[in-house]
Amino acid sequence: MRGSRREPTPAETDEPQLASFTALLEDSAEDLYEHAPCGYLSTLMDGEIAKVNGTLLGWLGYTRDQVVGRMRFSDLLTVGGRLYHETHFAPLLRMQGKLDGVALELRTADGERLPVLVTSLVKTDSEGRPLLIRTTLFDARDRRAYERELLRARKEAEEARRKAEREREHLQEVLAILQSSLLPPSLPAIPGLEARAYYRTASPDDLGGDFYDLFPAGDDRWGFFLGDVCGKGPEAAAVTSLTRYTLRAAVLGDPDPVAALTTLNTALLERYEGAEPRFCTVVTGMFTRTGEASYSVDLASGGHPYPMLLGADGRAGYLDTQGGPLVGVLPDPGFTATTTTLEPGDTFLLYTDGLTEAPMGRGVRYGEERLLEFAERLAPATPGEVIDSVAGLLDGFGERLDDDTALLAVGVPGGTARRLTAIPDKFRESGPFPGKAPI
Amino acid sequence: MDVRSRNNVRVTGQTGGPVMMLAHGFGCDQNLWRLVVPTLAEHFQVVLFDYVGSGRSDLSAWSAERYGSLDGYARDVLEICEELDLRDVIFVGHSVSAMVGVLAAAAEPERFAKLVLLVPSPCYIDDPETGYRGGFSAADIDELLDSLDANYLGWSAAMAPVIMGHPERPELGEELTNAFCATDPDIAAVFARTTFLSDTRKDLAAIGLPTLILECREDVIAPREVGAFVHAAIPASTLITLDATGHCPQLSAPEITARAILAFADDGSQ
Repeated sequence: MRGSRREPTPAETDEPQLASFTALLEDSAEDLYEHAPCGYLSTLMDGEIAKVNGTLLGWLGYTRDQVVGRMRFSDLLTVGGRLYHETHFAPLLRMQGKLDGVALELRTADGERLPVLVTSLVKTDSEGRPLLIRTTLFDARDRRAYERELLRARKEAEEARRKAEREREHLQEVLAILQSSLLPPSLPAIPGLEARAYYRTASPDDLGGDFYDLFPAGDDRWGFFLGDVCGKGPEAAAVTSLTRYTLRAAVLGDPDPVAALTTLNTALLERYEGAEPRFCTVVTGMFTRTGEASYSVDLASGGHPYPMLLGADGRAGYLDTQGGPLVGVLPDPGFTATTTTLEPGDTFLLYTDGLTEAPMGRGVRYGEERLLEFAERLAPATPGEVIDSVAGLLDGFGERLDDDTALLAVGVPGGTARRLTAIPDKFRESGPFPGKAPI
Repeated sequence: MDVRSRNNVRVTGQTGGPVMMLAHGFGCDQNLWRLVVPTLAEHFQVVLFDYVGSGRSDLSAWSAERYGSLDGYARDVLEICEELDLRDVIFVGHSVSAMVGVLAAAAEPERFAKLVLLVPSPCYIDDPETGYRGGFSAADIDELLDSLDANYLGWSAAMAPVIMGHPERPELGEELTNAFCATDPDIAAVFARTTFLSDTRKDLAAIGLPTLILECREDVIAPREVGAFVHAAIPASTLITLDATGHCPQLSAPEITARAILAFADDGSQ
């Protein structure tokens, strides 16, 4: 490139092209109308066609003479389209002066249908009086096919949704029946004791793994247990079933709660030997009537949260069961027995960790400390009051609840503020909560 | 829900004057009367409303069962008359509403003084057995119904912005374009079926009220031979052919339409 030579400006370079482009445009106003990539139509206010472009004539298969001055816009439509035109299109156009993107179908000279999208505008004179209607029509065959496809897909999705809903309802029914088979249909009436239970599944779409029972064991004795099988769903339900019947038989056969837990431990180990281990936490024991209005409670825990005692004197505390190892893990678990008594006004509460592990948001769980404070505010309270209050507490957690919860409250009716002298050291007024025993 | 809000009833014009009720047809709502209301309101107490399912009526009051027959629409008319305690009503019904008026007047004649049937058709389908020509064949109407059913998206697109009671989409409230003719597609399909498959020819002869039939010079939905049929079938009827085209003369030729209605309504000799 030599310095003496001036570079042409971009405008100078484009000049010849621009000139030829302008020439191309000059004779094209009519050509653009006539051969535009859309149909053009001008009609008088009564619909009579006054002007039409070649593109539209081509689509329709009519000559200009057949259309101009001889046909109305609605004559170009299918019968359905004509009715739509008369009942919707024309009145709207009169009222609004324009109409955008209306889907209509043209009927061509040889009887074919041509889906179009129509936009119309009323041209008015200087005083606003309507003079004529200008209309553009776009070929909407592809779009209509696409819409039909969408419609079909929508109908299919709708049908699939309905089917899934029906199946879900059926499944929920089955689950509810199965679930109820894992819980006692009602609690027995026990002389001198009031008992209430509560069960809440986290989801109607799954079987819960919590279980409880309260049943007569002869000679003023009543067996009980409440526990939580690890996991959810059918596998957990199978473990629950095995656990329930094993425990019940064991408690009836031997009143010692440690023996019952040991039997269950053995049964679970045997049943799931060589397979994925299945285990549970459970508190089991026996209420034994010791007087007109008093019961002793002998119990043992296998890795289960501490039972709560709400005293007639208004105090509340955890009953230290030593925690104990999970049931179904160790060949020689070494469970420990604990004893307490119930006098008039005392209430004994068993719960699963669905309550203490209830999410409070931001990763915080409800926890034993809060439950203790809750119980302290509540005591003294009857089993009915305790269950209603805790159920209300759980309702308050609402959607956040992600686990099942079982509650069993048993108490001796009557009695007012009375000091629980029989079991003073089982109440913790303050201080750290007893840690869970190692498994 | 009371009938006034259910049917979006509006009363305008001369308080205490003779009552004129304007009933819209299939497709749009009471707004279709907007160009003739000012003239009519100078002389009458004008009652406007939307049929349940149309315009700004209460869509929750709609049922396919009730509004699958013209009697359901006639009940709307009669319930409004009762609610407003209307007597000696001059009923003006457009298109299918003309026949709704015929049914309402047959049910409770004491409510009505005169009938104005604007572009009426007692039967849209040709009946070869009797030689009656409604202008459409059964196949044509089937085609319309098919296209109503199949054109769900087309209908929605045309009326899209509209659908009343869309709290989750407040921007639709702003967009009034096409709102006058916007109807839930399922409701529109029922109204269309009810309209175009109705046959009220046998109800015409029983009309004892002075009746004005207004037809247009050219109207694909209610052609002139239908106007002649209605005129011949109603004993005390007058037929006037308006110098107008299309199916909505109250919009395309409001002055002559209003004038014709006024002349008939004011005429004490009728």
